[in-house]
Amino acid sequence: MDGAVLQSYLPRYVDAFFLTVRIGCVGIVLSLVIGIAVSFVMHFKVPVFKTIAAGYVELFRNTPLLVQLFFLYFGLPKIGLALSAESCGILGLSLLGGSYMAEGFRSGLGAVSPAQTESALALGMTKAQVFTSVILPEAFTLSVPAIVANVIFLLKETSVFSAISLMDLMFTAKDLIGLYYDTTEALFLLVGAYAVMLLPVSILGSVVEKKARFKMFGA
Amino acid sequence: MGFDVLLKGTNFARLLGGLGVAMKISMISVAISILLGVLLGSLMTRDLPVVKAVSRGYLEFVRIMPQMVLLFLVYFGTTKALGINLSAETASIIVFSLWGTAEMADLVRGALTGIPAIQYESSYALGLSTAQTYLHVILPQIVRRMLPLSINLITRMIKTTSLVMMIGIVEVLKVGQQIIEANRKASPNAAFGVYATVFLLYFVVCYPIGRLAKYLEKRWDV
Repeated sequence: MDGAVLQSYLPRYVDAFFLTVRIGCVGIVLSLVIGIAVSFVMHFKVPVFKTIAAGYVELFRNTPLLVQLFFLYFGLPKIGLALSAESCGILGLSLLGGSYMAEGFRSGLGAVSPAQTESALALGMTKAQVFTSVILPEAFTLSVPAIVANVIFLLKETSVFSAISLMDLMFTAKDLIGLYYDTTEALFLLVGAYAVMLLPVSILGSVVEKKARFKMFGA
Repeated sequence: MGFDVLLKGTNFARLLGGLGVAMKISMISVAISILLGVLLGSLMTRDLPVVKAVSRGYLEFVRIMPQMVLLFLVYFGTTKALGINLSAETASIIVFSLWGTAEMADLVRGALTGIPAIQYESSYALGLSTAQTYLHVILPQIVRRMLPLSINLITRMIKTTSLVMMIGIVEVLKVGQQIIEANRKASPNAAFGVYATVFLLYFVVCYPIGRLAKYLEKRWDV
């Protein structure tokens, strides 16, 4: 391993790191939004929309992100829908993440025991109150492990962005290996960058999971 | 729309052949993962500090590293560092097995520690031998808990094999790319039809497997 080589590569990795983090964060926030909306549609069994929602979730949960990105980036322009690489990356990640988050929230909502609803109604709360102050907080607590797992999964999935020529960490590593053949250094920085990105998320995730479990009632 | 290109010559058959390559890699990796995962998982439940420390490090590393990075590490890294020249297919099987083993080991450990000690004690009290206890009491429960999760691992493995095109294996996505390139003049819109078909092919393969896992989970009520 050559220190000078590492130092000369570092700036490119820093740029790529922030690109990956930026797309990852935007994608995760959007997938939370999509996930919450879709899980509500599925939970309340809104006619017509629930079928669309179920179809969307199954379609995106059962296909790889790489294939989705190829379709969005290379396929859609052929029918007149050309998006930039970055928009495709964000769109793909959000749609993939949205389907995973929706599944997580939906099972959280479904796992709240009916006794909770019944007790809240018996106490004189309105249906809206029951949902916002009883079911939602509990369902959220129940979905925390799924959310944490999904966030880590989505950040890892960003590694396929290089396929649609986004200059992310993978792209940088591949490019540098191709240019200078310093494979060891390039791969070392690649692993380091992902560790710096994901280790804190993983540790923070397990702390949040423990806190959430502590706040559970009854179980 | 570019779907017509798939009906020309052997294009669709080639696409399916590409899917076959992806399936082969994932099936071999799943088989290895289940075998090694069960071994490692049961080892982890023993009170061995060294095993615990090493396996925890291994699991965490695999948990946070994208499979793509692992592929690059094994495919390009080993050649440079160890001077071994692995074929892309071998490299991908090694990577997916490493990843799958970590996942399986964690599941097996969870399933094993989830069985209360009273089950073992009651079996011994009833006069069952250790082998009988495992065979008739513990194993059936483990299998019930594990089977849906292992089936899910298969679908995740199949989805992840799409990455192997990045280290030069000709699988379904790469075949799709080749078909599009070859017909660039005749059907300029092939990209839409071909990638939509690849999209649907993955869905057609993974969806039934996922349903099976869900069905088993519900039926056994775990």
